[in-house]
Amino acid sequence: MYRYDGYDHQMLADRVAQFRDQTNRYLDGKLSESEFLPLRLQNGLYIQRLAPMLRIAVPYGMLSSLQLRKLAYIANHYDKGYAHFTTRQNIQFNWPALVDVPDLLADLADVEMHAIQTSGNCIRNTTTDQFAGAAVDELEDSRAYCEIIRQWSSFHPEFAYLPRKFKIAVCGTVDDQAATQVHDIGIYIVKGANEEIGFRILVGGGLGRTPVIGKEIFDFVEKKHLLTVLEAILRVYNREGRRDNKYKARIKILVKATGVEEFKKKVLEEWALVKDSSLTLTDEEIERCQKFFDAPDYQELGNSPAKLIDKLQSNLLFAAWHSQNVKPHKVTGYSIVTVCFKETGVAPGDVTDRQLEHLADLADQYSFGEIRISHKQNIVMADVRQDQLFELYKALETGAMASHNLGLLTDVICCPGGDFCALANAKSIPIAESIQRKFNDHEELTNIGEINLNISGCMNACGHHHVGNIGILGVDKKGEEYYQVSLGGSSKNNASLGKIIGPSFAQEEIPGVVETIVGVYKDKRSGDEKFIDTFNRIGLDPFKEKVYAKAD
Amino acid sequence: MPKLISKDAVLDNPWTVMKASTGPEILQAVPGKNFIVPLQFWTLYSEELNDYDGSIAVWIDSDESPEKIADALHSLPLIALNFPVFSDGRSYTNARELRQRYAYKGEIRAIGDVLRDQLYYMAQCGFDSFEIRHDQEAELCLEAFKDFKTGYQSTIAEPTPLFRRR
Ligand code: HEM
Ligand code: SF4
Repeated sequence: MYRYDGYDHQMLADRVAQFRDQTNRYLDGKLSESEFLPLRLQNGLYIQRLAPMLRIAVPYGMLSSLQLRKLAYIANHYDKGYAHFTTRQNIQFNWPALVDVPDLLADLADVEMHAIQTSGNCIRNTTTDQFAGAAVDELEDSRAYCEIIRQWSSFHPEFAYLPRKFKIAVCGTVDDQAATQVHDIGIYIVKGANEEIGFRILVGGGLGRTPVIGKEIFDFVEKKHLLTVLEAILRVYNREGRRDNKYKARIKILVKATGVEEFKKKVLEEWALVKDSSLTLTDEEIERCQKFFDAPDYQELGNSPAKLIDKLQSNLLFAAWHSQNVKPHKVTGYSIVTVCFKETGVAPGDVTDRQLEHLADLADQYSFGEIRISHKQNIVMADVRQDQLFELYKALETGAMASHNLGLLTDVICCPGGDFCALANAKSIPIAESIQRKFNDHEELTNIGEINLNISGCMNACGHHHVGNIGILGVDKKGEEYYQVSLGGSSKNNASLGKIIGPSFAQEEIPGVVETIVGVYKDKRSGDEKFIDTFNRIGLDPFKEKVYAKAD
Repeated sequence: MPKLISKDAVLDNPWTVMKASTGPEILQAVPGKNFIVPLQFWTLYSEELNDYDGSIAVWIDSDESPEKIADALHSLPLIALNFPVFSDGRSYTNARELRQRYAYKGEIRAIGDVLRDQLYYMAQCGFDSFEIRHDQEAELCLEAFKDFKTGYQSTIAEPTPLFRRR
């Protein structure tokens, strides 16, 4: 994991002092509301329906046990005892008081954490695959590049007042788990002509009101040019992105309006200016950053130890959890464990201070003291010995964290919605819960198989509904909360946007609608075809017919 | 007189920013001044400006590009870049373009909605002087340049990025 040196600490301390001064001036009436706004946003602070909301950056989702314990302390001391994992691998607190925020930030700085650039019109936290470094299908660990991008984008003086927010994702695996194609810039680690590692770069993806899949502008960029190419793209965007209408200000709109070819030409022009400048990465810097993500101290172990096989045969619940939540690891004898935070009746992504403490202990005991947050709002322990899986499972059970529904219908992505968010058209958490209640039979869920259901409370799309296999969007219909359903979205390698099935539904209809959709799939699937594959084969119509036939 | 500062001092301000709507008659009406004229004015009235007996500089708005005066840049002692509102970030890019693309060596000045909390970033992007908004306290603004001791990036003020200095 990356460790701060004197420079990193100094910058963070400077930032905390700067924001303390800004907050004081605001509270003294010396800084107007509108002048304070972007300053607090760039420090992660929203003012929400009930209280301020503070979003804390978790660079590419990695947390140490020390940091987890600090977050537990913060949840307890400044909040109401819980925190929330977001779909961009960050953490949010919903209840801190504005006057406390500078102290809270100082506490975070003690453990090399901050809330910098987690909102506002600037470059946000860079995200990646939650299995980075452990995945079996990885070309190269993406985290070193994420860290290089994190540093370059933190306090970038030219790009602090962009037309709109800007999100970058890096994917180093064959199977894309980072929703790379729906980011403003999506970076795939690829092999070039002579086996050399470099980057394929997409621009102009994004969700929100106008969802767009990113388009390739460079099929191969050498490693050393990573930062110069990013600087060139951002410069074109900063200059030419629309500022007259915030709904048309994202880079996706600029790329669409300019055309990819013309946009690329402009980028090339800017790139030429900086391409071989001092911003060109050095081998030493890449190696320096890679060192922080060196393999932990793995033992020499065999796969499928007797201890594991034994328990898999004797404990059915453990076996169910193992088949859903445990994935292969690139090192023999180890597995990747995902702790699924989608217990029915608990808002997706919510975690209590006690659970955070517990996770920290388990990380220390079973996974080299580290965890990752996934963009599906779950937690990953990436390096667990197979002969310790059962112990870990039992310990998770004690902490009410042993849900075995990972990747299944009830593992929903869901935004805070009308219960917390001032922008919501409709509630989203109760929708998630009503679906989870309808589908409470594990056997049936595994029979349905892999399917993502994503819920957003409005078209800002925080819950990624456009890329859910089933997407649910809260809409306002003459002052009433209604829900629009779309099918066929995906954020994976062949990313696609869902198609709206038809007129929207009342809240109480939704579980039934989902059941009908799942029914059509079960009828039509051939063999062990996944929902998304069946949908791509048969299209929207069979679903539409059934869903609206029933409604009549 | 609008307040002007550099990174370390309060400065006298011999320059007057000419409003965007001004017509050429002003040159006759007010002789011997040091005007920072709008880019548009500078292109439209180049002859009149040639005959003028005061000094002339140009200001570029955030939606304009320095490209339009690329050829004449080196004869200008000062270029001002406007911030119509502090949250409009285009002039940061224009400042860097002036330095990097056009190798402009003269003074670059920030004008418009120039506030204490953006000064540090402006200085990093190549601005030398700052005509701060009337309600800003000059002494307080001077503190802003000390907000950070260093940064990660390659900037105009510090071209060597941190990774080459670590
Ligand atoms: C409750 C407070 C929240 C507010 C007010 C809020 C507001 C917004 C707005 C206005 C946008 C659209 C921005 C645009 O299109 O340019 C947005 C996008 C987004 N939000 Fe939130 N959000 C909140 C909470 C969350 C949470 C809790 C998550 C994670 C679960 C989240 C994840 C996202 C993501 C991933 C996007 C980006 C989609 C894209 O690429 O356009 N947000 N949010
Ligand atoms: S999608 Fe809408 S309702 Fe949900 S958190 Fe985002 S802004 Fe709020």
